[in-house]
Amino acid sequence: MHDGIPVRQVSWQARMRKDKQMLIMMIPGVLFLALFFYIPILGNVIAFQDYQPFLGISGSDWVGMQNFVDLYFNPDFWVAFRNTIVLAVWQLLFFFPVPLALALVVDSLISTKIRRWFQSLVYLPHFLSWVLVIALFQQVLGGAGLVNNMLRDFGLDTIPFMTNPDTFPLLATIQLIWKECGWAMIIFLASLAAIDGSLYEAAAADGAGRWRRMWHITLPGLRSIIVLLLILRIGDILSVGFEQFLLQHDAVGAGAAEVIDTFTYFAGVVGGGWSIGAAAGLAKGVVAALLIWGANSLAHRMGEPGIFQKKVS
Amino acid sequence: MATTLTSSRKAARRAAGLTFDSGRPAWKEPASPLYSTIKAIIIGAITLTIVIPILLVVSTSLADDKQLIAAGGYVLWPTNPTFAAYEAIFSGEFMFRALGVSAVITAVGTFLALFTTITMAYATSRPVLFGRPVLLLVLFTLLFAPGLIPMFLMVKQLGLLNTLWSLILPSVFAAFNFVVMRSFFMNIPTELIEAARIDGASDFMILRKVVLPLSKAVIAVVGLFYAVGFWNAFFNAMLYINDQTLYPVQLVLRNYVVQGGSMAEAIGVATNPPPQSMQMAIVVVALVPILVVYPFLQKHFNKGVITGAVKG
Repeated sequence: MHDGIPVRQVSWQARMRKDKQMLIMMIPGVLFLALFFYIPILGNVIAFQDYQPFLGISGSDWVGMQNFVDLYFNPDFWVAFRNTIVLAVWQLLFFFPVPLALALVVDSLISTKIRRWFQSLVYLPHFLSWVLVIALFQQVLGGAGLVNNMLRDFGLDTIPFMTNPDTFPLLATIQLIWKECGWAMIIFLASLAAIDGSLYEAAAADGAGRWRRMWHITLPGLRSIIVLLLILRIGDILSVGFEQFLLQHDAVGAGAAEVIDTFTYFAGVVGGGWSIGAAAGLAKGVVAALLIWGANSLAHRMGEPGIFQKKVS
Repeated sequence: MATTLTSSRKAARRAAGLTFDSGRPAWKEPASPLYSTIKAIIIGAITLTIVIPILLVVSTSLADDKQLIAAGGYVLWPTNPTFAAYEAIFSGEFMFRALGVSAVITAVGTFLALFTTITMAYATSRPVLFGRPVLLLVLFTLLFAPGLIPMFLMVKQLGLLNTLWSLILPSVFAAFNFVVMRSFFMNIPTELIEAARIDGASDFMILRKVVLPLSKAVIAVVGLFYAVGFWNAFFNAMLYINDQTLYPVQLVLRNYVVQGGSMAEAIGVATNPPPQSMQMAIVVVALVPILVVYPFLQKHFNKGVITGAVKG
């Protein structure tokens, strides 16, 4: 190709010689993928074994689907499953629309100074670790935190914001919104900037007010990005946020904060049930992959580009 | 061309009396006081929820015990700032070591991660033998995750448990960053690369002398993502590190602030300053590097991320 010769007519040895340096460049990445992605995927076979660390994968007994059957009859797993779904629905309903709304507000700011300043501020929490975010929330809302201190000063009862299992989904969603909504907004802002201004001009000339223009121009303009993000969200539905729930596991208890990921961790690494942990992880991974696949083909059927196509935007 | 077009359009609008002086588009009505107020309230409230917690921890970590006791544990502005809490947490080796661990994994990790991502992204951004299958190998990682237990066993098998490598190697390549980097490289005109090749430059040379100088913005952004990832690494540390001397800052933060473990014991210090201030000081130590780096890289966000994210 580089020498003007059609690629197909060159023997692969010749191409290999010519692309030698490029192939060398692929080595570190491919090595990484092999070591920390593809070999671990094969390691999932322990989900079908009675894995004993001393015997290793080759020495442990095969038990077929027994671990999955055990999982099915394990009430703790179903608690984790239910919590995962509840939290995912909360996130979908209450987290998903917020960045969109915020992007519309930010986009309507006329002063570029305020706009830029506000944008840098709301991106910031995305770069803080979950440990830090939970620590900050504790300092403000915790039992000995700022708000409860003030309530005490006024002689009112304290409110257990951080430890109440009943309101935990609300708390978790608020934490997620605080941390990520600014950053999630970035992609909406980019698509808003891509909408042709003359459409607005024409609509305004035809007498469309602020809300009509939003309904008939802005939202249709954002349609494909909204569908794309919804797909990604649905594919991610079983990974509601590992660190966030692990960190609050003790404070609110397993009944509310146990999700499939933390179940895998506690059953496998902490409890030594390697095989059952791997079975839970594998089941989750497969279901998640199927969900993305399904949502993506649904998007195709709706005439949207989805994610697995090269020609997005 | 494009600029003249838009400026002539602007001029036409101004001539028709349609554009306001502020550069406000003609089709936007003057701001109504109601909407402006609502917007100001929204923006003000969001600003406060971000600023107050940060101000709170910084101020409390600096407050002296008199003010702290008078205020009941929390202050929003230290009247008599003191670094006693910082002196206390840094009086033993523990915090220094934790900071050192975090600094080392962040520096080494970011370097290796950028190296791997840049080479891989460049190689797959050009029509190269095996380029397509390798790209698919990477993209598949976006769809499926191997799972926690097999990863743990792999790290154990490689003998990385309780070493700093366990915090670095499993994260040196992220598919998302790869996609951002690759789509940036794909936008570099082929002619530039062909010209360098005709001049006799090797592929390594082209990457170093032609591609990298053009890619500073995207390298800054992706580098920031990786660096923040390594600095924030908590779960891997909890999973793979038992040895207290190898604790990174985030794990210290979790054990002694979030879980409220006894710091004085672990850090080996006398508790002269109130424990509250010491906890806050640890929070600040974890927070400050992000706050320091952030303003420098933030200007690259729009260029770097949006090219990648919208195309990806």
